Amino acid sequence: MRPLLAQLRAELQLMLRNGEQVLLTVGIPTMLLVFFSLVDVLPKGSATDPIDFLAPGILALAVMSTAMVSLGIGTGFERSYRVLKRLGATPLGRGRLLAAKIASVISVEILQFAILVPVAYALGWEPTGPNWAPAIGAVVLGTIAFGGLGLLLAGVLRAEINLGAQNGIYLVLLLLGGMVIPFGNLPVGLRAVARVLPSGALADVLRDTLTAAGDRPGLAWVVLAAWAVVTPFAAARFFRWE
Amino acid sequence: MCVENLRVRYGDLVAVDGVSFTAEAGTITAVLGPNGAGKTSTIEVCEGFRRASGGRVSVLGLDPAAQQRKLSERMGVMLQDGGVYPSARVADVARLFCDLYGNREQPGELLERVGLTSRSRSTWRRLSGGERQRLSLAMALAARPDVAFLDEPTSGVDVNGRTEIRSILRDLAARGCCVVIATHELDEAERVADRAVVFDHGRLLASGTLDELRGGQRQIRFRLAADVTTPDFSALDQRVGRDGEYYVIEGASAGSMASLTAFLEKYGLEPLDLRAGQTSLEDVFRRLTNGTSA
Repeated sequence: MRPLLAQLRAELQLMLRNGEQVLLTVGIPTMLLVFFSLVDVLPKGSATDPIDFLAPGILALAVMSTAMVSLGIGTGFERSYRVLKRLGATPLGRGRLLAAKIASVISVEILQFAILVPVAYALGWEPTGPNWAPAIGAVVLGTIAFGGLGLLLAGVLRAEINLGAQNGIYLVLLLLGGMVIPFGNLPVGLRAVARVLPSGALADVLRDTLTAAGDRPGLAWVVLAAWAVVTPFAAARFFRWE
Repeated sequence: MCVENLRVRYGDLVAVDGVSFTAEAGTITAVLGPNGAGKTSTIEVCEGFRRASGGRVSVLGLDPAAQQRKLSERMGVMLQDGGVYPSARVADVARLFCDLYGNREQPGELLERVGLTSRSRSTWRRLSGGERQRLSLAMALAARPDVAFLDEPTSGVDVNGRTEIRSILRDLAARGCCVVIATHELDEAERVADRAVVFDHGRLLASGTLDELRGGQRQIRFRLAADVTTPDFSALDQRVGRDGEYYVIEGASAGSMASLTAFLEKYGLEPLDLRAGQTSLEDVFRRLTNGTSA
């Protein structure tokens, strides 16, 4: 247990000292939440107040930022700097290294939610009968799905290409994923694609569980669960430690 | 540590071809050879990072491939480069590695031992090449290891640093650790190692103590002024060879020096930089590889 905790502390230390990571995981979601809830320029679906549409989507974005981009870019560079190899030769081993990374992601997500949820409430978010238990279940599935995708890219691409790929996919999923733009406002062809993306599925499930305003929550749960199975399996299959 | 008939293949490429040698507790063994000779592949199999294509390896009585977790508790590893996240601070890295090994060593003492106390708040990316090597060594020492695999431990380190690192390695061996260093710096190996194994093109060319490898041979080396035409040494009863600007007499006997100085005096030649001593590891290496490797 001690090696796991030591590695968790090191992971959190590195993440929180890294300005880009903090900007990505906390800064950007908070800024988007505040800006687009105060400046009513984005479509808001069936919601009357932008914050009611934005809050669940931004929570989904926070999960994606941490579990996919932050974890994926960090792991990609660790692979390239041979950190993974070096740690693999200690009593920590690969299993506990992975466990420490998962614990680190969960810790950052708790921090993100501890900031974003009060900010959303302060901006006037009034979730209608929020159902937190399934919402947490959705966050767990989303974390697994995005974490698997982040590690898959980190494990097969060179660090610099991985960096570009993670950022590119982040932008595509942000814009197409129903996080800040409702599915209904996308062109018909893109709408079908957006509904099967993990970002769209997580945002829709959170919108349904927290504000009872999901688009197609049944389909979203199935899509999210499928991504949560496929991406970790692919990561485990194709990840190269060196 | 015992390596028997080890083979490592990467597709069609045979990186290590039937290598066998041993390394004992309490000694420093240098694994020598040029880049691509098979040193790193062999050591990676011993560390448990890589699976052998054939043969058998035993480290501290363990099979590194099947029992790496158990081996890692007692093994110190120093990679040739990297191994640390660039934004990590020196003190944090030392603390992490001490924690990973159950605090057998204290981070502050470890950094003092490798001469990095004053750099403890620096990040890895701000360290010089030599300082990175020292930190890498500290990470290996945190295990208080019974076996240590150190890849190019003095590469990029300044003269004083090299002396300190040699001293640390000797202390480690004196404590009973089996120290294995991989290097292509032959003079460095000569200064610190008790034994050496010599690789080239994936094959083991020789192994033994440094004296055994030198074959107990002595040599005389000297230069002559640049404007002097090469004299006819056939009057000497020993063969005089060339090594760049140096003239070399291999297998020198007690009377060789007297014969040589008498010969030079007779022809009015003044030797420059005249030295007598044991055959160097570099000469041994050149002889073993027939001068095909540097």
